[in-house]
Amino acid sequence: MSLTLQDVKRVAMLARIAVTDEEAAAYQQQLNGIFGLIEAMQAVDTAGVAPMSHAQDVCQRLRDDTVTETDQHEKFQAIAPQVEAGLYLVPRVIE
Amino acid sequence: MINASLKQLAALLAGKKTSSQELTQSYLERIQAHNPALNAFVTLNAEISLAEARAADARIAAGSAAPLTGIPIAHKDIFCADGWRTTCGSKMLDNFIAPYDAHVVSQFKAAGMVSLGKTNMDEFAMGSSNETSYFGAVKNPWDANAVPGGSSGGSAAAVAARLAPAATGTDTGGSIRQPAALTGITGLKPTYGVVSRYGMIAFASSLDQAGPMAKSAEDCALLMNVMAGFDERDSTSLERPSEDYTRDLEQPLAGLKIGLPREYFAEGLSADVGAAVEAALAEYRKLGATTVDISLPNTRLSIPVYYVLAPAEASTNLSRFDGVRYGYRAPDYTDLTDMYQKTRAQGFGSEVKRRIMIGTYVLSHGYYDAYYLQAQKIRRLIAQDFDAAFQQCDVIMGPTTPDTAFNFGEKADDPVAMYLSDIYTIAVNLAGLPGMSVPCGFGANGRPVGLQIIGNYFAEAKMLGVAHQYQLATDWHTRMPNTI
Repeated sequence: MSLTLQDVKRVAMLARIAVTDEEAAAYQQQLNGIFGLIEAMQAVDTAGVAPMSHAQDVCQRLRDDTVTETDQHEKFQAIAPQVEAGLYLVPRVIE
Repeated sequence: MINASLKQLAALLAGKKTSSQELTQSYLERIQAHNPALNAFVTLNAEISLAEARAADARIAAGSAAPLTGIPIAHKDIFCADGWRTTCGSKMLDNFIAPYDAHVVSQFKAAGMVSLGKTNMDEFAMGSSNETSYFGAVKNPWDANAVPGGSSGGSAAAVAARLAPAATGTDTGGSIRQPAALTGITGLKPTYGVVSRYGMIAFASSLDQAGPMAKSAEDCALLMNVMAGFDERDSTSLERPSEDYTRDLEQPLAGLKIGLPREYFAEGLSADVGAAVEAALAEYRKLGATTVDISLPNTRLSIPVYYVLAPAEASTNLSRFDGVRYGYRAPDYTDLTDMYQKTRAQGFGSEVKRRIMIGTYVLSHGYYDAYYLQAQKIRRLIAQDFDAAFQQCDVIMGPTTPDTAFNFGEKADDPVAMYLSDIYTIAVNLAGLPGMSVPCGFGANGRPVGLQIIGNYFAEAKMLGVAHQYQLATDWHTRMPNTI
């Protein structure tokens, strides 16, 4: 398979990465090279093989339903790009 | 002094032959002299380092020192350290001052070790040459034309050039072992889950693991005693009794069975690396070990599987960098989507963007089964190869890399060629096994060669012993580049 320029632009949009037409063409070539490498997987018969999602076969731990975090919002918001009255500022989303 | 082991440094401190302040000051001076050429450190903070050194000296004077109290350590810039700029090698985090300590950092602080600075790395740990760092590539101390490896290239170069007695690294597909091999130092990637990932900026969460990088296996064992252990803040941290990783250092090697995967000695391995590894194996036989041929038949598939799974996980993890809560935000934008898109286009470098796009694609509607699920199934086949191999041997050995360090620019424009250079290290991460690299000689170009040792799950202490016995019999690990 190979990705079209449209595929690349769609993926960039899904990933929220702005690309120019020139960049998209370069990515198309590079991604197709990488997918050429990845294609080797398709020839492998994996019928009956259980997917391995994790290195260790362990269950997720549960913890007590209690508050463990302290309020550090001032410290955390001190490094934010734009904050006002304890709120993160972003461009208006609802008119 | 610069070639002293951690044990020797600890003895000097305990015997009041030197102080932590003197030691820290002397390393800061070495960094000042050599870092402009090497670019191994991206952030220094002498004030914090020396304050920690003073506290360590007070602790030593009070008689409450831990084994490594007062010894400086450099941290890969992927570990959050409270009050330190933590960039992960990216413009995205160029201005990010971490508001808390990673578990690994707090463990070393609690042990009284002195934070010496933050080391350079490939952006978000994505790279094998350090050329993807926003702060410029690290130079290999053995040869300024050679890459130091990656992604923990700054930590590797810092230890190799003796700018730090020890450093931390992380390894997702070989990022501790490959730079250790290329710079002639010793590095260990532990079993997945042994070291907490809390506060370690995530790349591919099912593969990422932190480990020590130092001059010797003995030093790595002492560092593991500090950094390993259960941490409830990492949901994949394993609840196991604590271990003494130095316990097998003095174990003789008689009877040790070493498996040699034929796929690691096949086409693609350069003659000089092969010869250095064969010489190391001959040394092991002299020390009483035997070797047995084994097969890891799915080795070849580890690269395609890795380049589906790691980008998929990365595309998810890196979605948090959106210009809202921390890090870079584009200066001009029209609306929220435009802000996200410009922030990420400007904040990430091209390798990171490539991998995010691969990951986004393989996880997108209609492709999940063909890529992500198929990769997870082959991942199990790869892990089963190792299970079968460990029925026949105690440890596996082979080269860490197919070649010695390559030159800058040699693979920078060809992602596929760069990815293929990790052929011997990636399968270990997919299986979640521990692996290490130990210096075992030099290639035809005078650049270091690494011997890789792979152990079964939780076999770190045994592997460190196997490496230490070799280092007692050889002196490759004591060799230093003449540029320093």
